[in-house]
Amino acid sequence: MKPLRWIMFGASLSLAACHQPAQQAAAPVSNTPVPATSSPKSASRFEPPSESSIPNDEFGKQIALGRQIFIDPGRYAKAYVGNPLSCENCHLDAGRLAHSAPLWGAYPMYPAYRSKNHHVNTFAERLQGCFQYSMNGKAPPLGDSVLVALETYAYWMSKGAPTGTSLPGRGYPKLPKPALAPDYARGEAVFKRDCALCHGDNGQGQQVADRTVFPPLWGPQSFNWGAGMEQVNNAAGFIKANMPLGRGNTLTDQDAWDVAYFMDAHERPQDPRFNGSVSQTRTAFHDTPDSLYGVTVNGQTLGQGSSKR
Amino acid sequence: MIGYRLILLLCCALFAAGAIADTPDGATIAHQGNGHGVAPCMACHGADGGGESAAGFPRLAGLPQAYLRKQLDDFANGSRRNATMQPVASALSDAERDALSQYYSKLAIPNATPASAPSGGTAQLGQSLAEHGRWSNSLPACEQCHGPGGIGVGDHFPPLAGQSAVYLGNALHAWQQGARHNDPLQLMQSVTSKLSDADIAAVSAWYASQPLAVPQEPKP
Repeated sequence: MKPLRWIMFGASLSLAACHQPAQQAAAPVSNTPVPATSSPKSASRFEPPSESSIPNDEFGKQIALGRQIFIDPGRYAKAYVGNPLSCENCHLDAGRLAHSAPLWGAYPMYPAYRSKNHHVNTFAERLQGCFQYSMNGKAPPLGDSVLVALETYAYWMSKGAPTGTSLPGRGYPKLPKPALAPDYARGEAVFKRDCALCHGDNGQGQQVADRTVFPPLWGPQSFNWGAGMEQVNNAAGFIKANMPLGRGNTLTDQDAWDVAYFMDAHERPQDPRFNGSVSQTRTAFHDTPDSLYGVTVNGQTLGQGSSKR
Repeated sequence: MIGYRLILLLCCALFAAGAIADTPDGATIAHQGNGHGVAPCMACHGADGGGESAAGFPRLAGLPQAYLRKQLDDFANGSRRNATMQPVASALSDAERDALSQYYSKLAIPNATPASAPSGGTAQLGQSLAEHGRWSNSLPACEQCHGPGGIGVGDHFPPLAGQSAVYLGNALHAWQQGARHNDPLQLMQSVTSKLSDADIAAVSAWYASQPLAVPQEPKP
């Protein structure tokens, strides 16, 4: 057993090394030596066009509007938004940052078949899902000016990216399975140590002057049970690469899994696809070990939904 | 009868004065010192708590109470090294630190005109770091923690807007050099390790010129 564990440990270390973004080399505070890697990833990292290159014409206006919606949907796409989150909360640097589900990683991969809804989705339909689930709002109709602007922004950002090719830095890093199964109590300890400072003791986030500075992580003001972030693997990858803000890749993989589990083991608004039964909704839409929907944690069966506002 | 009432009133007044003397008064310390070695805060931080920007003495008025209290503790324990403030903070009792933190946090923000805005490349660089950061170097924007316009968020992220440029620059350099290492989660040590001297000068000048109120955005 012991040798096997060491092999697994070594394997997870080397996998983790592959997920180290290039900029980590400049990260200062942690004195962890950056492992030597022959990975050509950093050299071939896609570079989105600079913001200053947004053209000053009608097309450029839509790009700029898309960027504004992305940063502040509560103001620029108000009709479709049901919580105080912004796209930028999970897609850092206005959707430009590698390993933070950048738009340039997503846009060239559509149209795509999605097991989430069992059909081929256009990019616009994918954006609709963001509003329904992550923003706990409602989908703008296809062709709506909000979707047009967002798609224009994503298209512009993907200039030069090959279509149908999964670029390095797309999505969130896929962390190797943790040595220990993710655990609520350990996750709570990580949360108190590294997250509560900004996100609050109850994950409620912080707002100032009606603007969200630190997003609510669970509860009625957060993303709903249909959002991608409710899956522990997605949350763990995002957290590992990007949290605490500006100090990505300083948590251990185990800490990232544990704290992601802790976050996702809290109530949040109901999945809009809820069909009246938590167990049936789990079977239909959450049938994966990475979802805690319908799972009983600490005596509470999750998926009841916290009321909206 | 009148005499009796007067005596009663005097007794009450004396009793009240005694009670006040037992609980340190922030305003008194701020204006007169604490009577055993601590100079009046106003000598450097101004009678209105607005600071003295040219000398790099920060505004204290309106800063979060918990933040002020933590800084006094950290000056005393050396996690924020400062030759002027260390003896001051060390000579303040626990109750006096509480009283001062409370006093300054509740003090109205003086209606001072912000420093004149930087221009050209400096302004551009300062604004860009403040609002966008530099994610190619894993550097978040200042406002992602300090709030829109740098007006401050909660107990741990003090306002930057309208603060002295000299003070902001000194603070950023102090983190960079390790003289200040009292930041939660090493957030500022991490941030400043990614800043050049030009970055620090630009972002300090930028925030010094910003209004203390939340910037209004045009309606979409």
